[in-house]
Amino acid sequence: HGAIWEWGALLKSTTETVLHISIFNSLLTAAHGLSDEQREFQKVAFDFAANEMAPYMAEWDHKEIFPVETMRKAAQLGFGGIYVQPEVGGSGLSRLDTSVIFEALSTGCVSTTAYISIHNMCAWMIDTFGNTEQREKYCPDLCSMEKFASYCLTEPGSGSDAASLLTTAQLKGDHYILNGSKAFISGGGDTDVYVVMCRTGGKGAKGISCLVVEKGTPGLSFGKKEKKVGWNSQPTRAVIFEDCAVPVANRLGEEGQGFTIAMKGLNGGRINIASCSLGAAHACVQLARDHLLVRKQFGETLSNNQYLQFRLAEMATKLVASRLLVREAATALQENRPDAVSLCSMAKLFVTDECFNICNQALQMHGGYGYLKDYAVQQFVRDIRVHQILEGTNEVMRMIISRSLLTES
Amino acid sequence: MSGRVLVGVKRVIDYAVKIRVKPDHSGVVTDGVKHSMNPFCEIAVEEAVKLKEKKLIKEVVAVSCGPQQVQETIRTALAMGADRGIHVEVSGKDYDNMGPLQVSKIMAALAKKEEAQLVILGKQAIDDDCNQTGQMTAALLDWPQGTFASEVTLEGDKVKVVREIDGGLETIKINTPAVVTADLRLNTPRYATLPNIMKAKKKKIANVKPADLGVDMASRVEVLRVDEPPQRQAGMKVETVEDLVGKLKEAGRI
Repeated sequence: HGAIWEWGALLKSTTETVLHISIFNSLLTAAHGLSDEQREFQKVAFDFAANEMAPYMAEWDHKEIFPVETMRKAAQLGFGGIYVQPEVGGSGLSRLDTSVIFEALSTGCVSTTAYISIHNMCAWMIDTFGNTEQREKYCPDLCSMEKFASYCLTEPGSGSDAASLLTTAQLKGDHYILNGSKAFISGGGDTDVYVVMCRTGGKGAKGISCLVVEKGTPGLSFGKKEKKVGWNSQPTRAVIFEDCAVPVANRLGEEGQGFTIAMKGLNGGRINIASCSLGAAHACVQLARDHLLVRKQFGETLSNNQYLQFRLAEMATKLVASRLLVREAATALQENRPDAVSLCSMAKLFVTDECFNICNQALQMHGGYGYLKDYAVQQFVRDIRVHQILEGTNEVMRMIISRSLLTES
Repeated sequence: MSGRVLVGVKRVIDYAVKIRVKPDHSGVVTDGVKHSMNPFCEIAVEEAVKLKEKKLIKEVVAVSCGPQQVQETIRTALAMGADRGIHVEVSGKDYDNMGPLQVSKIMAALAKKEEAQLVILGKQAIDDDCNQTGQMTAALLDWPQGTFASEVTLEGDKVKVVREIDGGLETIKINTPAVVTADLRLNTPRYATLPNIMKAKKKKIANVKPADLGVDMASRVEVLRVDEPPQRQAGMKVETVEDLVGKLKEAGRI
């Protein structure tokens, strides 16, 4: 029986924490309802996650390593600009394809996948709202991850109330002079291209424009690297503008269009973040299941305990329900349906909440071991906790959904 | 030389799946179980694609024998860089009984038909571990064979093959056309890229029947029964060397 042992041993030695998510129990398989081509995309993403990410996710978290080389490897496979147009280096895939890919990658490392999704969102914004020069200047390098991007909307004084942002951009000749600061910027300080929402006009959303600011621009500096509970494979810093001069040629779209661009970016971003939560939850359900089958107390395996059986069933059910909602939202966004924005908000709200609960319950099922960093389940819990907060808090999601419900036409 | 390489790819149960024997002991459960390309076949495809990238050969043709589902396996080969595929349709009892003899007859017929310069196969499949198809194919064609290859170098109309053998490494030089079988360390198969997966959709897969190739699928082997490996027995601890020798003598081991 030499060959399979040989093969398995070689793989085991390099992938100790491989969860074989892709071949898990057919009830939970993420491949249901996908086309052959989508299953191929998914397979590549699962393989990449198992081989290139899962073995390192604990180290990246512990040592706070931003895994540039690994992300560039992912970009070589087409993961740098998944829904960016091919003529500027993207893969030209759909929102659903993208969701499937991020869900699979997330099983290897949530934090890194989440950053890749933010990078993708920025690349898409430039691709969609940029003119030819801007697209040709930025998109190819972003798609190959020769350069990395950050999305800059939140400020110390404006989180949920994003439209009240204060960073100003005063027009002086053929430059905007930026003053202000952004907070909690993923990748901030280590990335090269900053997509910045700033105020060129009056108050409110209509006064906001979107500028692309390059690292190294005089007047652009960064705060200290934040110490976080999770998402440790990506640095988070404040981004500070002090009389930072940015060419008018770097403005995406028209003056006053910035807020719309930001929100349109976030619709996709919300699906991506929810997809990352899905991957984590799937991994945790498998980890919990495996643990229940092995751990014995009171003379039998935990899997014989009805409470835990029922708990596992609930977790699995919520996982499948979550997946269906995310994929429906992705399809709605792709088709530009009128309900797309609300569906994306619903998906983000429901899925990030449910998947956090799934991961948290999986941790509980591990007992004391669940609290040790030797076990992956705690990292999934820590990493996806923030998905309920960023890209629009789950409270803001409720605002969007209720507004849609109450302003019926 | 035609510059054409034929690569055989087999659809097998994924290496990570826990195999279960059917209740009637006629085989293993395959329904609803994840299948993938045989890992050694992936290595074979990778080697062929590398040769093409080095411009040493012109075309890579991926071949698989089986029912409709093997087209997935051919598509994976296309996504890795193979140029076109050939699906040899085998299903039902013929597929259940298909083994190296039938496949090697098919590969030999195709190698002649396609005027292949090289046939590259995985050294063995992880489901049956036969390690015969490459050797039989070479014999049927009366071609030289370089099996258990850990290194393949094209040198004009010859191939230098470094083989992993029990005693170490053996280097041979064989004339083309030839059959090579890929061993584990030959290369590390690439991930398919998203653009290549999409391009693969447009690549052609031809359908062929064994009868069209003049191949008789009748099996000379009958599987009587399939069982799980015996359960590992508990060991025994002994206190002294004398005890150990005594127990070994009792068990008839010495």
